[in-house]
Amino acid sequence: MSVDTAKEPQGDVVSSGPGGLEVQPAPHLTDPITTRRLMLDVIIALIPAFLASLVFFQWNSLRVLALCLIGCLATEYLFNRVRNKPNSLSDLSAVVTAIILAFSLPPTLPWFAVLMGAIVAIALGKMFFGGLGQNIFNPAMVGRAFLMVTFASLMTTWVAPAAEPGPPVPTDRVEAVTAATPLAQIKPGDPERPLPETWRLFVGRTAGSLGETSVIALLIGAAYLLIRRTIDWTIPFGMLGAALAFAAIAYLAAPGKFANPMFHLGAGSLVFGAFLIATDLVTSPLSKSGRVVFGAGCGVLTMVIRQFGTYPEGVMFSILMMNALAPLIGRWMRPTPLGGKARG
Amino acid sequence: MIAELLDGLKGLKSFPRGIHPPHRKGYAEAEPIRLFSPKQDLLIPFVQHIGAPCEPIVKAKQDVAYGEKIADASAPVAAPIHAPLAGKVGAGTMAVLPSGRRVPAIPLTPAAEGEPVPAHFLEQYLDRNWGGVEPSGFDPDEICQKIRECGVVGMGGATFPTHIKLKRNPAKPIDTVIMNGCECEPYLTSDHRLMLESPEAIVVGLQLAARACGAQRAIVAIEANKPDAIEVMRQVVRDRPGVEVAVCATKYPMGGERQLIPAVLGRTVPSAPKGLPLDVSVVVVNCATTHSIARAVVRGQPLTHRVVTVTGLGVSRPGNWLVPFGTRFSELIEHCGGVSEAALKVVAGGPMMGPTVPNLDVTVVKGTSGITVMTEAETARWQETPCIRCGLCVDNCPLHLSPTKIAHAVKFRDYGLAGAYDMNACCECGCCSYVCPAHIPLAQYIRAGKDQVRLKAAAKK
Repeated sequence: MSVDTAKEPQGDVVSSGPGGLEVQPAPHLTDPITTRRLMLDVIIALIPAFLASLVFFQWNSLRVLALCLIGCLATEYLFNRVRNKPNSLSDLSAVVTAIILAFSLPPTLPWFAVLMGAIVAIALGKMFFGGLGQNIFNPAMVGRAFLMVTFASLMTTWVAPAAEPGPPVPTDRVEAVTAATPLAQIKPGDPERPLPETWRLFVGRTAGSLGETSVIALLIGAAYLLIRRTIDWTIPFGMLGAALAFAAIAYLAAPGKFANPMFHLGAGSLVFGAFLIATDLVTSPLSKSGRVVFGAGCGVLTMVIRQFGTYPEGVMFSILMMNALAPLIGRWMRPTPLGGKARG
Repeated sequence: MIAELLDGLKGLKSFPRGIHPPHRKGYAEAEPIRLFSPKQDLLIPFVQHIGAPCEPIVKAKQDVAYGEKIADASAPVAAPIHAPLAGKVGAGTMAVLPSGRRVPAIPLTPAAEGEPVPAHFLEQYLDRNWGGVEPSGFDPDEICQKIRECGVVGMGGATFPTHIKLKRNPAKPIDTVIMNGCECEPYLTSDHRLMLESPEAIVVGLQLAARACGAQRAIVAIEANKPDAIEVMRQVVRDRPGVEVAVCATKYPMGGERQLIPAVLGRTVPSAPKGLPLDVSVVVVNCATTHSIARAVVRGQPLTHRVVTVTGLGVSRPGNWLVPFGTRFSELIEHCGGVSEAALKVVAGGPMMGPTVPNLDVTVVKGTSGITVMTEAETARWQETPCIRCGLCVDNCPLHLSPTKIAHAVKFRDYGLAGAYDMNACCECGCCSYVCPAHIPLAQYIRAGKDQVRLKAAAKK
């Protein structure tokens, strides 16, 4: 029977014996976890950040998310339809891609750009490779990278978050107030402006992409994923650890030139990336040690781009770069069998 | 990792990785061992061990007494087979083993007159009066000789002839023998009941095994979910210097040699297929096997019966039965109330490693520790979805392999690549399939890959 399985390599090895009993390979017990459940966990973990974005960016948050969902789900549906493959929307992975992409976009991005990003994310980032599990790069980051190149100026136009309680804002249209992101403010050449206080970074009341600004909301989601064991500590530890170590060394070496590590932790999408983007199961290495190295690579590259790159933020590029290296890391960091290599 | 630390703090022996499937031992745990006397003919396969098949030494229509040797082999790796009941043997035929393999066999009709087994067989089997037996009085070669003559093989499922395992090898001296009473397979309770009802024989058997292979240390290893057995064993061991009890964490596959030895002794066994426990001076013997060793060596009683757990939601009266080899599953299950409407599959052994049987004509053999009748509610069927490279199989593999890599290599028939990922080191415990969120039958792919490589190697010869 096992020989047949190799000839017909499919999971459905259920067959019925003459006595009407099912013949199935062991084990006959399985953990009730499913891919869909893992994806659902990620979606649940993103809810706090979505609520925060609703507060800060109001209807824009809903608009961008809805467009991303439409773009991603429609693209995946059409691809499956055209290629006569079973519909895969129910695994929820396209929903996760849509939310992550939406959260990484500026709130005021026009509808056509959002839709294009969503289509590219799923088409180029996922379906071209053969669908779920086959892609090398994080689909949401592929979509965002495309937008970054195509609509460079729209992708770097930011609005201030919704007004704080207190004196009324002078304009009647909040989204018209453009603002620099905290990371842009530390770039050389940017006009001297006071950096936001650290608490503001953690609560999320700063300019930035939809879902990245509120570190606290993101950490609530991250805690949920860690408790549910949907993600483990390896990638966040590697990425945040390496980024903070890099920032701390730079800060201690030249405090006037580099921002302090807490600023780097709170600003931009470092926390978002470490817990929710880089942890994408498909595009990270298989082994624990491999994931730590992968995370550390993301952290270091992020800081190098932040400090020395043209762009203020480096999370997206660092994750895409490490995605490309993940297969190699997997090969280098392959776990050694207990008891050494098998002989013979 | 946190679980390991906690186990360590509680003084439990453990190993990294592995899984925690539901125990489901409650169905049969409290059922005392009872003797099963089949009314129908037995069908006794000539292959009940790993090694050369036996040849019959009785003729058709011959009357045989209980315990009479009916088949033997001249090859070194083999164990003879004895008549489990007094009766008349029939003409040679074929039987299907629980593994699905077809092997030669003979039918045996139980004697109509008189008892087919000796009087008070159950009491004799579970006898607790082993006080006067001093294992040091036995000669090691004599122990192995008697073990062979009584047909004792590994009863944990591997069915490797025990006399070969215990034979002294000057190149690979043994210092420790571990009695494996972990019974980490869910559902099964036959070892547990045996430890409760006949612990003295188990300990004597362990001491005899240690004596045979020259080990100074003898360890009784039991999982923490059997506190009553631990207590009983601790009491028995008090009168038996040199024997200790090790309490192991309740974790699957604790009862695997390559997990049990690191957990109890902190030694790592070199990878399969070349590496064996004896490379680190250890021999692991299953609980039922040590029991049989004591009966064979001290009392000359051949291996004709074993304790079989009949369990699962699909059977109405679960229990632990002392069953003669050759009993058909159908008769035993019928005796336990029959298979319920909801029964989906019948597993020979426990649900993690046991194969399903295609029909109930298969017979109980020396390696059959249980029959698990599972309903759909217990063993939900899942759709296989694409691998999402989550790494759960890698994180949980107790042998630190990369199951998804091996399975993919097998899927694309790249057996060289599968070998490069150490396919042959796999012990087929099934942890990978258990944790896979995509419900890919990883263990089955690996098993198929190993079969293919074996077939190819055989074809070359």
